[in-house]
Amino acid sequence: MNSKNILIKVNQLYKIFGDGDKSALDLVKNGMGKDELLEKSNCVLGLNNINLNINRGKIQVVMGLSGSGKSTLIRHLNRLIEPTSGEILFNDTNILNLTSKELIQFRQNNMSMVFQKFALFPHKTVLQNVGYGLAIQNIAKDEWSEKAQKWIKRVGLDGYETYYPGQLSGGMQQRVGLARALATDAEILLMDEAFSALDPLIRSEMQNILLDLQSELHKTIIFITHDLDEALKIGDRIAILRDGSMVQDSDPQEIIMNPADEYVSDFIKDINRARVIQAKSIMTPTNTKSSGATVKEDMVLEDILQIMSDAPSKPVTIENSKGKITGKIEMVNLIEGMKRPKSLGTNITG
Amino acid sequence: MDWFFNFPDMSRSDLREFKKTVDFAFTDFSRTYGQGIEEFFEPLLMFLVWFEKLFINTPWPVIIFSILLLAWIGSRSILIVVGTFLSFMLIGYFGMWEDTMSTLAIILVATFLCIAIGIPLGIAMARNNKVQAAIVPILDVMQTIPSFVYLIPVVMLLGIGKVPGLIAVCIYAIPPIVRLTNLGIRLVDKDVLEAADSFGANYWQKLFGVQMPLALPTIFAGVNQTIMMALAMVVIASMIGVKGLGLPVLRAISNQYLALGLMNGLAIVILAIIFDRVTQKFGLRMQKYRNEGKD
Repeated sequence: MNSKNILIKVNQLYKIFGDGDKSALDLVKNGMGKDELLEKSNCVLGLNNINLNINRGKIQVVMGLSGSGKSTLIRHLNRLIEPTSGEILFNDTNILNLTSKELIQFRQNNMSMVFQKFALFPHKTVLQNVGYGLAIQNIAKDEWSEKAQKWIKRVGLDGYETYYPGQLSGGMQQRVGLARALATDAEILLMDEAFSALDPLIRSEMQNILLDLQSELHKTIIFITHDLDEALKIGDRIAILRDGSMVQDSDPQEIIMNPADEYVSDFIKDINRARVIQAKSIMTPTNTKSSGATVKEDMVLEDILQIMSDAPSKPVTIENSKGKITGKIEMVNLIEGMKRPKSLGTNITG
Repeated sequence: MDWFFNFPDMSRSDLREFKKTVDFAFTDFSRTYGQGIEEFFEPLLMFLVWFEKLFINTPWPVIIFSILLLAWIGSRSILIVVGTFLSFMLIGYFGMWEDTMSTLAIILVATFLCIAIGIPLGIAMARNNKVQAAIVPILDVMQTIPSFVYLIPVVMLLGIGKVPGLIAVCIYAIPPIVRLTNLGIRLVDKDVLEAADSFGANYWQKLFGVQMPLALPTIFAGVNQTIMMALAMVVIASMIGVKGLGLPVLRAISNQYLALGLMNGLAIVILAIIFDRVTQKFGLRMQKYRNEGKD
């Protein structure tokens, strides 16, 4: 990975909640787990030696069950929570060394956040909510309301400027939340289970809005979720947390094909593999054309099945986005790919 | 076994000595500093006298019109405005106009003082747990100590008059506004504050842009309570020389004048009801954004 593409680097980050966190830190560094620590020192292990590189302009998903530390991790990035030890580099500046004034500047200019429970200001109108990040920078009202207006329009809430959040539905409220985060033009967008509180249809709609915006804006997005389907849909990279430790951090396809351990395979066991695994993950590499149809390497198995069902005996040709042939898939590969992997933890990637 | 049946108390002479020492110490204190403290409150006294004169000397139709206007602005309710009009006409008709104006003047000044001191105190308490831990017991004492007890040192220091009366009213009436300001700010949704933090709001931007507006309904409940308690103190304050509706009540108690006591007592009740309804309606209107909400 080219280090120039890395925007945020999290190094050896530890967070321990509770009194005496310094002595507890030594215990954790010597390999003590979450339950044991709680029993021994009455401290809660939030994050355990997290190392994460977040690429510029990509969507980094952080996944885990509740209590796994994902919300704690994202709050370290803008220092809503202070770590016990470790460093967080943003463009080679350690965020943890910022003075409180610099931190405020950093939050105003570089990062904005979307919250699970929306966290809109109930006493402010939609327009004032969206413009909030700008208004507190003492930008003139004309200027911020114009920008806010633009983003309200962009998320499809035209005409709702004078409404209060309480008058809007959940999905609309989160659009306001998204617009509020985008309005500051911050390079980094932190999304803390942003769509988890929405019902499935609205959630899917919001995911599409986000992907649509991302194709245009190329923000660096850190997206927290507990929903694997969501992670696979929007993530360029997925990190999985368990009890405060990073279990796996890799390409989404890699997670499905090679889950690092039992915990990860538990996560992926209920997904519809045919709908998420792409051709490139199961193809046999070759550069010669096969007898069947030609498909792109990011096509999912379900669609390939559709094509192959017309001529099951003919293997399909796989080509990359530039039209170069990279492999072939036979029916037997397809079936093998849809099957859950038997041997777990054989091919751990980090 | 004597100690078992009789409490091992201080000897009488020691106790007398102890009380004497405290009394003398405070007398000394008030002799040395009384003058200075009185001078310190001089501007307040001047203001109080001027304010009361203003109420009494302004022609009654002007006063009634202003009160009705304020009642309308506060409540936006015809019913309350009409009720206010009838109440004040009755008060005037029964010859209690001047006393009512005096009471109104001192209540307004006391409320203003309580707000000016109480809200910043409440904010300080909400900001810091140690400040809260220090102030809460003081508020507890202020609310539970019999008013007559703190009248003694106040009168020893400042004598009889408007200012000691005003101070007595404020001591009694300030706790609710302090408590409810603190509570209101502390009850503001943590998620919303986190959002303000994440956008880089500083302490003052959070306080005035998020916490205070969201705490306003609670703070206003505190203002309402403060006014009610100030009105309740009117009779006691009249014992140390505050003019107004309390004085005739006091006279009625000592001479058993039923009608006089009832009339002035009811006038205080009427004032209380008007203040209460108007401020409550105003408080409700401030949370319009909540009531229009869908869920």
